[in-house]
Amino acid sequence: MWIINFLLSSIGRKIIMSLTGLFLCLFLVIHLLGNLQLLVDDGGEAFNSYAYIMTHNPLIKFISIANYFFIGLHAVVGILLYFVNRNAKGSSYAVKTKDNASIASKNMALLGSLILAFLFIHMGDFWLKMKMAKWYPDADWLPLAQSEALGHEVIDLYVRVTTAFDNIWLVLAYLIGQLILSFHLWHGFASAFQTLGLRHKKYTPLISGLGKAFAILIPLGFAIIPIFHYLNILF
Amino acid sequence: MKLNLKIWRQKGPDSTGGFETYMVEADEHMSFLEMLDVLNEQLIHEKKEPVAFEHDCREGICGTCNMVIDGRPHGPQQGTTTCQLHMRAYKDGDTITIEPIRAKSFPIIKDLAVDRSSFDRIIQAGGYISVNTGQAPDANAIPIEKDQSSRAFDAATCIGCGACVAACPNGSAMLFTAAKISHLALLPQGKVEHTKRTSKMVAQMDKEGFGMCSNVEACEVECPKEISTDNIARMNRSFLGSIFGSEG
Repeated sequence: MWIINFLLSSIGRKIIMSLTGLFLCLFLVIHLLGNLQLLVDDGGEAFNSYAYIMTHNPLIKFISIANYFFIGLHAVVGILLYFVNRNAKGSSYAVKTKDNASIASKNMALLGSLILAFLFIHMGDFWLKMKMAKWYPDADWLPLAQSEALGHEVIDLYVRVTTAFDNIWLVLAYLIGQLILSFHLWHGFASAFQTLGLRHKKYTPLISGLGKAFAILIPLGFAIIPIFHYLNILF
Repeated sequence: MKLNLKIWRQKGPDSTGGFETYMVEADEHMSFLEMLDVLNEQLIHEKKEPVAFEHDCREGICGTCNMVIDGRPHGPQQGTTTCQLHMRAYKDGDTITIEPIRAKSFPIIKDLAVDRSSFDRIIQAGGYISVNTGQAPDANAIPIEKDQSSRAFDAATCIGCGACVAACPNGSAMLFTAAKISHLALLPQGKVEHTKRTSKMVAQMDKEGFGMCSNVEACEVECPKEISTDNIARMNRSFLGSIFGSEG
């Protein structure tokens, strides 16, 4: 079938990477906007109500399933392409040269794998614990809090996050995770547009500038949360 | 000037190769290939097997002489082929490592010579362009905008040397294929079969086992004709058009 042939072609496979990657960029923005509510000094009222809506609204639940699917697709196709490409290269040169391409661009598969590993830790920390609260309602790792906005009790994810970030090692792990993400985005964002053939001297400088800004600002935004929290308990 | 050469020697396609070290006395006015000629004279004199390397025009227009010098296709200079690299780029006592292009789709024939016929098959897959035979057509009978013809010409300067494949960490031939697709796609004569040509050439490129572009853009840096990765974006657009474009 034409669509299968297209998706299996070299350019088709790159387009899967490009489109899923751009979707995940959009996800990062939404995720960050939600997380920034952790910085609001209200004992978690805003963040907890938001977390409740995000896990109970049917439309958002549907999008989140699509999001898991795209993360999986991006990871699986990415790893597959890494092996196909490595095989196409065969062997490497005795003399390695560094000056013809950026470090990020040459290590996308490695950076991506590290991000995937980070995701597992991240999901284990928050998402899994929140899901498990359903089955272990008496467990002490996820207390409940009264949401003023919703008028009923919700899971106190805010406390879960702040307890996690009391741990300096976890804070450091999150900061390293963001650094890796930054490198991945540094190449990935603009690269996605090139793969789609969206290149023109009118707007390509804008896309690459936007990509670099995105690669710095988004991870920085995520990083501010643990840093801010940790500095708060120190001083 | 005295030079130490570390050269990849391999008897045949299936034998295992390895580096051998040679000393050669070269002159700074020699081209890189002339320096290798001197080495081969020396080896023949010593009744040893000369180093097999490919060369033809020796003036930078045929692309035959591509080899990887200190990790870079066509050596350290920007926008030149190996034959245009002169020994004045090196100092007395330098060690130079010379390897063949490494890519699955360019199997080694012997020493530094690789089989690049996969490129020929990509070109063949592209097929024909509709040009009438007979008398030479009138010049300027078909008006072409200057910018457009310049872009087509820039793509057409590709000499098919394989530096893009050699430089690519994925062993991808997308810069080559894109340049070949672009130089015809940008001209009215080549536009007629353009969509079909793109899908056929991309299919052949995939069949030959080349890797996939991850926009590292090392190819653009190493290309002796400085062909832009703009062409890859054009190929991607054209490929998408060949699949999702309207039929009429």
